[in-house]
Amino acid sequence: MASVAHEGHGHDHHDDHHHEEGFVSKYIFSQDHKMIGKQFLITAVFMGLVAMMLSILFRIQLAWPGESSDFLSFFLGNRWAPEGILKEDMYLGLVTIHGTIMVFFLLTGGLSGTFSNILIPLQLGARDMASGFLNMLSYWFFLISSLLMLGSLFIETGPAMAGWTIYPPLSALPQAISGSGLGMTLWLFSMAIFIAGSLIGSLNYIVTVLNLRTQGMTMTRMPLTIWAFFVTAILGVLSFPVLLSAALLLIMDRLAGTSFYLSDIIVGGEMLANHGGSPILFQHLFWFLGHPEVYIVLLPALGLSSEIIATNARKPIFGYKAMIGSILAIGFLSFIVWGHHMFVTGMNPFLGSVFVFTTLLIAIPSAVKVFNYLTTLWKGSLIFTPAMLFAIGLVSTFITGGVTGIILADSALDIAIHDTYFVVAHFHIVMGMSAVFGMFAGVYHWFPKMYGRMMNMRLGWVHFWITIVGAYGVFFPMHFVGLAGAPRRYYDYSSYMEFNENSYNMIMDLNVIITIFAIIAALGQVVFLFNFFYSIYRGPKAPQNPWNSTTLEWTTPVEHLHGNWPGALPVVHRWPYDYSKPGSDVDFIPQTVPLADGEEEH
Amino acid sequence: MESKLIILIVVILGTIALAQLMRVYELSTKLRKSGEHEVSNRDNILNARLMLGFMLFQFIGFIYLMLKYGWTGRGDAASIEGIETDWLLNLNFVVIIIIFFFTNFLLFYFSFKYVRKPGVKAFYYPHNNKLEMLWTVVPAVVLAVIIILGLKSWNKITGMSGSEAERIELFSKQFDWTARYAGPDNVLGKFDYKLTTDNNELALLTTNTIDTAIQVMMKGPNGIAAIQKILNNRDTVINDSTMNSLRIDLSRKERLLRLLVQMKAHHDSKLDKFAWDDIIQKDTLYLCKGKPYEFNFRAKDVLHSAYFPHFRAQINTVPGLTTRTKFTPTMTTEEMRVKMKDPKFNYILLCNKICGGAHYKMKMIIVVKSKADYKAWMSQKSTQNFKSKYFPAPMAAVAAMADTTLKK
Repeated sequence: MASVAHEGHGHDHHDDHHHEEGFVSKYIFSQDHKMIGKQFLITAVFMGLVAMMLSILFRIQLAWPGESSDFLSFFLGNRWAPEGILKEDMYLGLVTIHGTIMVFFLLTGGLSGTFSNILIPLQLGARDMASGFLNMLSYWFFLISSLLMLGSLFIETGPAMAGWTIYPPLSALPQAISGSGLGMTLWLFSMAIFIAGSLIGSLNYIVTVLNLRTQGMTMTRMPLTIWAFFVTAILGVLSFPVLLSAALLLIMDRLAGTSFYLSDIIVGGEMLANHGGSPILFQHLFWFLGHPEVYIVLLPALGLSSEIIATNARKPIFGYKAMIGSILAIGFLSFIVWGHHMFVTGMNPFLGSVFVFTTLLIAIPSAVKVFNYLTTLWKGSLIFTPAMLFAIGLVSTFITGGVTGIILADSALDIAIHDTYFVVAHFHIVMGMSAVFGMFAGVYHWFPKMYGRMMNMRLGWVHFWITIVGAYGVFFPMHFVGLAGAPRRYYDYSSYMEFNENSYNMIMDLNVIITIFAIIAALGQVVFLFNFFYSIYRGPKAPQNPWNSTTLEWTTPVEHLHGNWPGALPVVHRWPYDYSKPGSDVDFIPQTVPLADGEEEH
Repeated sequence: MESKLIILIVVILGTIALAQLMRVYELSTKLRKSGEHEVSNRDNILNARLMLGFMLFQFIGFIYLMLKYGWTGRGDAASIEGIETDWLLNLNFVVIIIIFFFTNFLLFYFSFKYVRKPGVKAFYYPHNNKLEMLWTVVPAVVLAVIIILGLKSWNKITGMSGSEAERIELFSKQFDWTARYAGPDNVLGKFDYKLTTDNNELALLTTNTIDTAIQVMMKGPNGIAAIQKILNNRDTVINDSTMNSLRIDLSRKERLLRLLVQMKAHHDSKLDKFAWDDIIQKDTLYLCKGKPYEFNFRAKDVLHSAYFPHFRAQINTVPGLTTRTKFTPTMTTEEMRVKMKDPKFNYILLCNKICGGAHYKMKMIIVVKSKADYKAWMSQKSTQNFKSKYFPAPMAAVAAMADTTLKK
């Protein structure tokens, strides 16, 4: 079968002598990009569920601090929630692992891993990824790192507790917090493996996009999804190694007695001899990945939604070239803005002002994207499939979370609200919700391609409306908690009782509202899970092109086959957005249809 | 255990019920013969209306929260720098709230208005350079204004303090803050973390503290002599791992001792006076209204962050690095209490960087006094400076301590 995957362009390809694949090579060690994409999706959905559960656990603590909860003792047991009251250390552990899983395992592995794998070969007209074996390897690295990360939740000293940014010295010194023992070691090894997997995957995506496009598929005829995945992969290749080096130096500080991040420390009554290192070095290295990471998470979601909005508005995406330009500009700028996470770390203020400038520049391509989406909707003929709803939800959260970024990027203002819930609200909406919405949109839209069946639409609508109301219900009030000056990562706000009772009451009121909405939103995801798994087995059979879409993946047969197209590879004659083109009888013209006489390409 | 079982049963039954409902639904759609990929006009319009409904939910929710909670959270800024920050923050908020309403309105209104209508084809409109130029240039201009105003403010806030500013050091450790006033000379004494001992928690640098630290390192309870004694004691049996960790401990302490001895050799005793008059203050930080302050920050163990929500000031504290910030309080605690209508209100210094389990309890009350009150407090306080409090008769005490340890 391996030979099928590496068919060159232009060769006739007959799959009449289709071999039956064994269970192991088809479902487990599969080298087929479609199966690997699904493996990424299911793994990431599971990880996302775990992370969501963790968030509900600590949200209960925040809304009803110190009250005994059966729910907490059910999940955490006596070790971490004696009498149903969460332990302080475990609170930090939950927050840390929630963040880590959501950012890396759900939104990086799940979003880019799933959809890059499924869509890059299908939308480019390739038989498979450039290297099926490396692709498989990238999934298995991802799985192993997921298991390590989950495993760290179950050890005696608890998981990593230094926040998902794992700033040393806290993360370097087991004396400082129990989670910085074995839990932190597992975290670091898990992430090191994750990064290796992500690098292999990204290199594969880049090579595939550059080399395996079918005849006629020029770079400027690629769907915006592919542009987004392509730039995302480049960002990953350039920035993840820096996180790996940051993690390796931290591993050495922890295990080999070096002093990269440690200097002049007395902890647990013990004077350490480490001298000359700098915790700020770690922050530079971390955020050199950390900021591009935001766009690694966001760009695929924006790419998916561009495609979905164009299809369901029955209109070409407005400003295709400007959209590509914005993706490239965002990708470039994302590398020179990392310092805006560090305005108050003690970094030189002059350096801070440079980062203010570069950061606010990013708002320009982002604004261009938003207005292009709006213009695409204008005078469209909108069809509200669940995918379309989620894509529009994404535009809304991208705006709402994006505008508060303008405040946080302004160093003079950041001082007043840095590390408060205002920041938490900001990045959850702009990065968390937008990316999750993009991911849901993608799942609903390409489910027929992945599983050959349709998901139930009514349940999809119910899922969307619960989710968006829940999302805003959680994160709108959270801005105001932040404006009250409430720091993030606080186990409770009891200390406010001692100096400002009004603030305390306000924070508590809002925290209860937030937690209730969070629980509603979490329950809403049950609808999705049910719909997803039910439809895999029992959903109605999908037609070949359910959404009347123009791109190449809908020219493949519904039944999967290794190599994607049964005959020759399709040839591309036009851009992917010929919807409702004047002079055409139907409201979409697939990319494989040659230009008619006298027809102009967009 | 029983409750867990019940929960499990409910979950399973719920799933089965949902599955049955789905079957019924599917059979009914089969009867109606509409595919799952087609959205009926009725459903489509319902979703379009819900879009508009959601917009109202979003806008009304936002306005409600804004009116109810707006700025009340932490009150007006209480420092000169904070007042400027708030002014700029409000200006930025006006800008982004306008953008928020405008773009969200367009998004949901278009979603509502341009829902598919039978017989109406979408308008083919792939690009328009003028429009795209418009929404590149307008945001760029708005951002230019925001950047210029922001950086002006930033330079002012982070600029150096003049010599008239009173120097205070804030020392952070798991899980409390300690303040050190520079004393009459307004110069903070030097420090080195290796000098930390029981009566020199802030590791201030003087000839006496170096001697003390050397003594403690050599002969203190866990000093070199004590470790050597355990290692050389042939009457007790120690397992390998304890032995090993004791040896590592010993070599670390010998390295530190060597550094201390070098420090002693190079020490300039003229520096001592800067430290001797410093005033160490725990629990509550007292400040004076209208007086500019220059704060230096240190951390003993891990990162912390000094967050003064009411003064709109914040800076991380970093082991091995001194960070700084400054502000001038504009209202006494009493005045702020009246303004906040809360007789128990206090200013606060919070830790705002995750630093361990009790991170959320790490704080220091700040009291801003009027000039006269502050002066009175300070004159009483300055009689208990570092020297008189901790080193009234330094060498004798150290010798006595060293003796008792050796006798053990």
